[in-house]
Amino acid sequence: MKFARKARAGAIVAAALSVALVATGCAAGDSGDGGDGGDGGNLSITFLPKNLGNAYFDTSNGGGEEAISEFGGTYAEVGPTEATPDSQVSFINTLTQQGVGAIAVSANDPEAICDALNEARDAGVKVVTFDSDTNPDCRDVFINQATAEGIAKIEVDLIAEQIGGAGEIAILSATANATNQNAWIELMKEELAANYPDITLVEVVYGDDDDQTSFDKTAALLQTYPNLKGIISPTTVGISAAARYLSTSEFKGKVALTGLGTPNQMREYVEDGTVTAFALWNPADLGYLAAYAAKALIEGEITGAEGDTFDAGKLGSYTVGADGVVLLGDPYVFDADNIGDFDF
Amino acid sequence: MARITSLLKARETGILLALVLVVIVTTVRNPNFLFSPDGFRDLLLTPSILMLVAVGQAIVIITRNVDLSVGSVLGLSAYLTGRIFIDLPWLPWPTVFLIGIVFGGLLGLINGALVAFAKVPALVITLGTLYAYRGINVLWTGSDRINPSDMPKEFLALGTSSLAGLPWLTVIALVVLVVAGWFMRTQRAGRELYAIGSDPAAANLYGLKVTQRVLAAFVLCGALAGLAGVLYAARYGTVNSQAGSGWELDAVGAAVIGGVAIFGGSGTVWGAAIGAYLLLTINRALPVLGVQDFWQRAVVGVLILGAIVLDRVLAVRASRRLAEARDND
Repeated sequence: MKFARKARAGAIVAAALSVALVATGCAAGDSGDGGDGGDGGNLSITFLPKNLGNAYFDTSNGGGEEAISEFGGTYAEVGPTEATPDSQVSFINTLTQQGVGAIAVSANDPEAICDALNEARDAGVKVVTFDSDTNPDCRDVFINQATAEGIAKIEVDLIAEQIGGAGEIAILSATANATNQNAWIELMKEELAANYPDITLVEVVYGDDDDQTSFDKTAALLQTYPNLKGIISPTTVGISAAARYLSTSEFKGKVALTGLGTPNQMREYVEDGTVTAFALWNPADLGYLAAYAAKALIEGEITGAEGDTFDAGKLGSYTVGADGVVLLGDPYVFDADNIGDFDF
Repeated sequence: MARITSLLKARETGILLALVLVVIVTTVRNPNFLFSPDGFRDLLLTPSILMLVAVGQAIVIITRNVDLSVGSVLGLSAYLTGRIFIDLPWLPWPTVFLIGIVFGGLLGLINGALVAFAKVPALVITLGTLYAYRGINVLWTGSDRINPSDMPKEFLALGTSSLAGLPWLTVIALVVLVVAGWFMRTQRAGRELYAIGSDPAAANLYGLKVTQRVLAAFVLCGALAGLAGVLYAARYGTVNSQAGSGWELDAVGAAVIGGVAIFGGSGTVWGAAIGAYLLLTINRALPVLGVQDFWQRAVVGVLILGAIVLDRVLAVRASRRLAEARDND
């Protein structure tokens, strides 16, 4: 955080500059837009990621662009250079003034952008959050990439499949006080107890989301438990450090590894056989679904109330759950067959 | 006989014994710690990168200065290494070593120039460059990251593979250590660094080129941190904007534990190297022994305090002995 604060001054300048650029650029685009708004809704949808130049959001917004071109809307993307809590506010205000149809935003902070989003909604702009939510009263719907239950289940299923349903496993987590990690670990324990009685969880270790610590903790696990059959690491830093250690150790191919990872980090280890399969949601689908949800809101097909259903192109039909949450589905499994299709 | 006594009395021997003790205790608890192929490799490999940084740090501390920016230099150099592989794929991969060393040396030159010419304490200057270099790294890297698939296989293999049972990184670190140890012990310029650290004013009056020597020490320290950054990229494969943060404390800690006096003028790079091995081997041993993370840090703290107290006790005893010798004459 100390460093982030230093970088912030630069980011504010950059953000201010890009707001100015966006304001002029999009105002020109908007006048052309008004002409084809014949079908009752303004289908200009702008994606606002946490920050620009982030491969994860490039992929998700690419999915959004694909969906928007399918239903003939106008796609745009704006965003700050730094993912600081308040950096998205100025972008939201500008988009409100431009009168876009909907904003699809991944919130840097659940509170900080609330007022700006509510002003946008008062002006008739629909607000969809994806990947990272705001407070429920600041947006119309939230596209949730995965539930904790879904994540826990897929990881336990993957490891069980890879070790043949029996043996010792360990978990390499992030920090000992990471809320989401601990929730997943608890659910994984329940899942193991309920469905895989022959699998023993011998230890949970914490790599602090630091490469070197995760590396050393992996080594310690392998030395301490000679019968270890598998490791689950539900953090992208942990799984890649563990994979790197395994890939050059005597345990390569003998100890299975799975968890939550990104394809770019894991490509090397899937190709060399260290890792068979790991999970994450598909960000392209996430953006795609967010775009269709925005369309449904703009056209009045849904209001964000529980039980509303809408059609999402190739992904099929979705129903809005409690608190305006739409669940993307089960996490996506990456393996040697499909990892080449992704770049994030 | 005199030689054996002096060897037994050397500060480095005590640290080495502590290291051997840690290895033995852990191996008794879990033979895999030493006797499995992975265990033996990790024992040598893990501290190699820190050893390079600690050797550079020791040289700077011996001149009665300190370089707190080494972690940030390491991080920048590691990210630069990854960027070179992505942006200049036509370069033969071994050139990254040269680039990393020169780049680190330049950052060290900035430190050294500010310290030597501006006459501001190194602690303040390098605390500033610690943040400045890290800030540049964060601006440059953003949320980007270097992935293992961005780098050539041969380069990554260097991070873990071995030459006749010795990991490559350890070989590189040992070569640097031997050269630095030889230089500091036998060469005129090396001895002058001790003289400067013992009493900068006297060194100046005696006509030593204090500014030039201090500058050189910082350049060397930066270059070693730069080299360590290249090796970091090879070993861990993943480099983000926080690579190497906190390493400056490990490096200073390793030097102090290894018997390098924090006020300069005494200690050896050998001690710093053994200190680095002790520090990281304890870090690896405690989880194998089943000790909590919290205690891990506490043990390192106790080691540093112990080393400083020992330093003080030895200094007082030595000055008393010198005084007695003078009175007897």
